[in-house]
Amino acid sequence: MNTLVTNKAPADTRIVVAMSGGVDSSVTAALLAEQGYDVVGVTLQLYDHGAAVSRKGACCAGQDIADAGRVAESIGIPHYVLNYESRFREEVIDVFADAYVRGETPIPCVLCNQTVKFRDLLGVAHDLGADALATGHYIRRVETEGGVELHRAADESKDQSYFLFATTGEQLDYLRFPLGELTKDETRKLASRFDLPVAAKPDSQDICFVPQGRYADVVLKIRPDAAKAGDIVDLDGNVLGQHDGIIHYTIGQRRGLHLDAAEEALYVIRIDPDAKQVIVGPREALAITTVHLNNVNWLGGDITVGKVIECEVKVRSMRPPVVASVRLTGDGAATVDLAAAEHGVAPGQACVFYDGERVLGGGWIQREKSAIEAA
Amino acid sequence: MTSRSYLDFNATAPTRPEVIDAVAEAMREGGNASSVHADGRAARARVEKARQHVATLVGADATGVIFTGSGTESNNQALRCDNIERIIVSAVEHESVLQARPDAVVCPVTPEGLVDLDALARLLEESEKSTMVSIMLANNETGIVQPVAEATQLAHNAGALFHCDAVQAAGKIPVDMKALGVDSMALSAHKIGGPQGVGALICKTPSMMPRFVHGGGQESGLRAGTENVPGIVGYGVAAECALAGLNDFGALANLRDALEEHVLAIEPSAVIFGKGLDRLPNTSKFATKGLTSEVQVMGLDLDGASISAGSACSAGRVETPYVLAAMGIPDEIGLCAVRISLGWTTTPADIDGFIAGWQKLHDRKLGKS
Repeated sequence: MNTLVTNKAPADTRIVVAMSGGVDSSVTAALLAEQGYDVVGVTLQLYDHGAAVSRKGACCAGQDIADAGRVAESIGIPHYVLNYESRFREEVIDVFADAYVRGETPIPCVLCNQTVKFRDLLGVAHDLGADALATGHYIRRVETEGGVELHRAADESKDQSYFLFATTGEQLDYLRFPLGELTKDETRKLASRFDLPVAAKPDSQDICFVPQGRYADVVLKIRPDAAKAGDIVDLDGNVLGQHDGIIHYTIGQRRGLHLDAAEEALYVIRIDPDAKQVIVGPREALAITTVHLNNVNWLGGDITVGKVIECEVKVRSMRPPVVASVRLTGDGAATVDLAAAEHGVAPGQACVFYDGERVLGGGWIQREKSAIEAA
Repeated sequence: MTSRSYLDFNATAPTRPEVIDAVAEAMREGGNASSVHADGRAARARVEKARQHVATLVGADATGVIFTGSGTESNNQALRCDNIERIIVSAVEHESVLQARPDAVVCPVTPEGLVDLDALARLLEESEKSTMVSIMLANNETGIVQPVAEATQLAHNAGALFHCDAVQAAGKIPVDMKALGVDSMALSAHKIGGPQGVGALICKTPSMMPRFVHGGGQESGLRAGTENVPGIVGYGVAAECALAGLNDFGALANLRDALEEHVLAIEPSAVIFGKGLDRLPNTSKFATKGLTSEVQVMGLDLDGASISAGSACSAGRVETPYVLAAMGIPDEIGLCAVRISLGWTTTPADIDGFIAGWQKLHDRKLGKS
């Protein structure tokens, strides 16, 4: 039975699978092939893998491209590699670096999904006559009478909805996420059952193009002049110490400040890229109750500007959702009032809206003043 | 399931059945061509017979034929010729020439894709250094046949040597090394239905060449190591077949032209490179704005036709292939180019298969015209 595309036999249904060479997308391809679909595997070559060839646990490096090819061979599907290095550099890596230079904390995985994956690869899938593009993301696509909805993954610990909030309705129509109902454990078992060459491969952890999580190295390579030293100041502007570049700091950070004088625990409250200042203060100063967003993607159906939606929101990927009211203010902007203060809300991160399991959309967090500062 | 249309002969040609038989026979016979006993002498005789066939294919003397492992090796080696201080290459040479001598002076091509002979003459005049010019006989991507005889004349008048990469031309069009006048020529077996892993470097004066591989005295002492007798035998048979089949190969131009007419009928804005020029009869390179090379190669593969975005050696890039860039082709066209190359197995049904698949891709992306 065709569970992915209605009114068509699986054999007549072409599905392009985005294969990273990891376990999840490999199982996705194997599952669909087993179900009899006309599966086409495509792997994106996203950055010069020379420096990252031997890395474990991140997607899309040279070894991973080879792994994707081996998996495709083992399940008997055609496999292609698309070289998107230059556009990935321009639209993801450079944007990532520029965000740090502006004192923000970017999420390159969202940009990658928005550009090379769900715009370019999706376009290629269309051109190849595919009925859908499937990925190994842990998220659910739910068809209802009112339209297609995006829901959190069944496995809460693997849920990737935070990184997929920017998926548009049009993209969602065409996308399929066969792993959304599975736990990681079940996926691993399937990988073993399919005897995939990557069955024992470790999960990817960090940002694929950042070796060993050292993002500052990547930023400095691209924007060498971003490492200008400056002052670490308190909320009143008193200089407490020096830093060697704002790119090394993120909102809510506590460790690595190296302030001898500090008696109380100090956190990074704000980053001022123009003054090259890192502003620190007590934890209370991190508290934020209002968040302003731009480039909001709304997946919750018809809505009018100004209407207040009571829902839950996540302001960081690893935070649990909290109660909030969201008001779209036009031009893709929104204001989010949190029922209880959140700590460590960083510009450049996403604020994602949920109605229970359902993802209502989200937007990009803009620079704020904390409650204490504003007072 | 219909049969596939293999239209990528410039990447590699399907091995001819006569070649497969001859290779199998040579493997059964065995023997080391350097041994003095009867088995060795028999192997030697097979190698020398093949050498003669390869020489005959391009009108050369068998004594100048050095068997190598590939056309790439042959090109690399030719450019290592003794006492050469300066190399001039055309902008559209194969990677095995360009990468072998990154220090080479690059001679431009005209927008049509022909080596600019005026520019070559100027480059030759510019320096007193001992110079070698390397220009291919036919381009692997466009099939455009270069004015090698004229270029060789210019080079020789200036006291320079001339190497010619004839990997794509030999066995596809008549080639006469003596008439061309070149000093050395690179060839490859698998482009004409021979085995992969065998090539030849033909030198007017082999003694000018430095040793490629040190050891025993094989291949005039230049390339040590026991000869790949089965491969060489297969190459000899492929050369013999190709020479006998040159007229048939020339007739592939009819199929190629029909394919191009079909493409233009479907998409009048398609750009065909080298049309109207002296081209290999089997090669068509064309671009359709809006239909990227990668989508065409993938889509046709899924539909059962094997074509190429460019040289198989440089596939996987996203910039305009350098051969087209050298002709001044902008990215919007260059990134949408594909190469179709026909050969001894090609039938009208292969062309029909390609056109059916291509029309589907075209109509899906660009709409019916």
